[in-house]
Amino acid sequence: MPKEFTPKVVTANALLEGDVVYQTVDDRWSRHLSEAELISDEALAKLRLAQAEGQPELVVGPYLADAKPSDDGPQPTHFREEFRRTGPSNYHHGKQAEVN
Amino acid sequence: MYSYSEFDAAFVAERNHQFRAQVERRIAGNLTEDEFKPLRLLNGLYLQLHAYMLRVAIPYGTLNAAQMRQLAHIAETWDKGYGHFTTRQNIQFNWPELRDVPEILDALAEVEMHAIQTSGNTIRNVTADHFAGAAEDEIADPRPVAELLRQWTTDHPEFQFLPRKFKIAVTGSPNDRAVIKAHDIGLQIVERDGEIGYRVLVGGGLGRTPMIGKVLSDFVSQEDLLPYVEATVSVWNLLGRRDNKYKSRIKITVHEHGIDDIRARVQERFEVIRPAFSGIDVALFEDIKTAFAPPAFRQDGTEVFETTYKTDPIFRSWADTNLIAHKAPGYAIVQISLKAHGATPGDATADQMRVMADLAEFYGHDELRISHEQNVILPHVHKSNLPALHAILKKHGLATANIGLISDIIACPGMDYCALATARSIPIAQQIATRFDELKLEHDIGELKIKISGCINACGHHHVGHIGILGLDRAGVENYQITLGGDHTENATIGDRTGPGFSADEIIPAIERIVEAYLDQRQDRDETFLEFYRRVGMAPFKTALYEQEKSYAAE
Repeated sequence: MPKEFTPKVVTANALLEGDVVYQTVDDRWSRHLSEAELISDEALAKLRLAQAEGQPELVVGPYLADAKPSDDGPQPTHFREEFRRTGPSNYHHGKQAEVN
Repeated sequence: MYSYSEFDAAFVAERNHQFRAQVERRIAGNLTEDEFKPLRLLNGLYLQLHAYMLRVAIPYGTLNAAQMRQLAHIAETWDKGYGHFTTRQNIQFNWPELRDVPEILDALAEVEMHAIQTSGNTIRNVTADHFAGAAEDEIADPRPVAELLRQWTTDHPEFQFLPRKFKIAVTGSPNDRAVIKAHDIGLQIVERDGEIGYRVLVGGGLGRTPMIGKVLSDFVSQEDLLPYVEATVSVWNLLGRRDNKYKSRIKITVHEHGIDDIRARVQERFEVIRPAFSGIDVALFEDIKTAFAPPAFRQDGTEVFETTYKTDPIFRSWADTNLIAHKAPGYAIVQISLKAHGATPGDATADQMRVMADLAEFYGHDELRISHEQNVILPHVHKSNLPALHAILKKHGLATANIGLISDIIACPGMDYCALATARSIPIAQQIATRFDELKLEHDIGELKIKISGCINACGHHHVGHIGILGLDRAGVENYQITLGGDHTENATIGDRTGPGFSADEIIPAIERIVEAYLDQRQDRDETFLEFYRRVGMAPFKTALYEQEKSYAAE
């Protein structure tokens, strides 16, 4: 039996600001994980990553990150992605203080 | 202080000009990220977890007021109003945008600063004792030789593609405050028959495979120093492993070949290159030395200090904890703690930077230092100015009296900022500091150095902490390993692991149990934590950490 595929989102950093960004279904780069496209199919994930890699003028270092579905869109499964989504935890600043 | 020569200024301006064009080409799509990345790293620009990060060199940790003010200006104009001082005496800006970085580099150049060789497989910022030029126990100021090394290493054509990064630290005192035994090369200024020279250590380092530096030569004269260091780096440049980045540092080369073999190879190489050093380096060194001549120390009474010390308990506590004896009569070395309880270790706001710059200018002969322990030092303050200085520090949250105590924690940025981190370190430091402040125990505990790293690369020096904490990712959960008995001084020692690690929720109580065990069982208040550990070993701490925990669980 092949291993079950864990759903993924395509994430990267924006070239100009360095912000954490997520690929959306309609090919935008969103600052919000909740707007990301959650990809449940392995072949599609590879294709979407390849498309992201073809946009070096917009993003740096795209990769596939594990995520799980929720009523509020994709959620992180690992604490690293939780911090990337939110910003530093030492005090309230960075992304969490700026993104509405 | 050393001032840029025309050559230095032109070199930095040219590099900034090149980098500006490189950024433009990257944004215009004419450079790929793979092409651009090595170029940005040459100029200290990283891409971290949430943003770009610019690491600016503070050579041998020395700044003047104008430079500190410019760092404040940069923090406010192009960042989020603060900067982070690191364990290598650098400052990091955590939020610059790519387009602004050339502007920042130009602003740095205005005050003779840069971010060159703060990254990549080159010789990095040369660090030195933060009490240089002020310490009572100093044989000679380590900064002139650090500056000589900076000039020699900057853009050295042979050393731009080393097997891995290379770090040099210098101490001018027998009491090592620069952690030279944990550097690729550590230099200790020594005196032999009236001649000043250098004891050269090699192969120290922390990270995945911690090693204490070994003596390569007990005495190298000033004339021989540059060729000897060059020979050492050359031997490693050829021999060092480029096949495996975990085995590429010189500590592994020394470990694999043995110090005697390395010494013989260095000697052989030294003899080949020595004739090429015609003495210009020694003449240059003499020039540099004059730039570091001590300030004109004032002769003045210290009655104001004595009176305030007797009458103001807050001032007294700060003076007892944060001042160090100065070599000049009537003077003190002031340590400004960037470790207010609950704050991020090493962070300073733009306002705080300006206050420290003003104080350095008014009271401190225009000198500031950054310590590897992530604090700021005013190396030369006359004692009569201390009460006024302390009052100003207090107003700006800079008068925390905790230097060397349990809340004076080194912490790397960890997973709050760093892309390499496996766990957070800053919040652990914040919680320890807050907890022991609540307990009002830290002055009773006395000298205790906690050092925290958020990954195995050990930027937080955890191996040489009296208590070291290493944050790891264990099956998707933050987990913290503890080491005890590490020492960062001339008696450098790698700490011993206590056993299994603790979760983020368990680590603060675990540290508390360690400290309780020490307080309960020490001979008296004079026996420091480290002395206690050396006397009794791991056993009481294992009991406190693991057996008490089990017995609590059973209750």
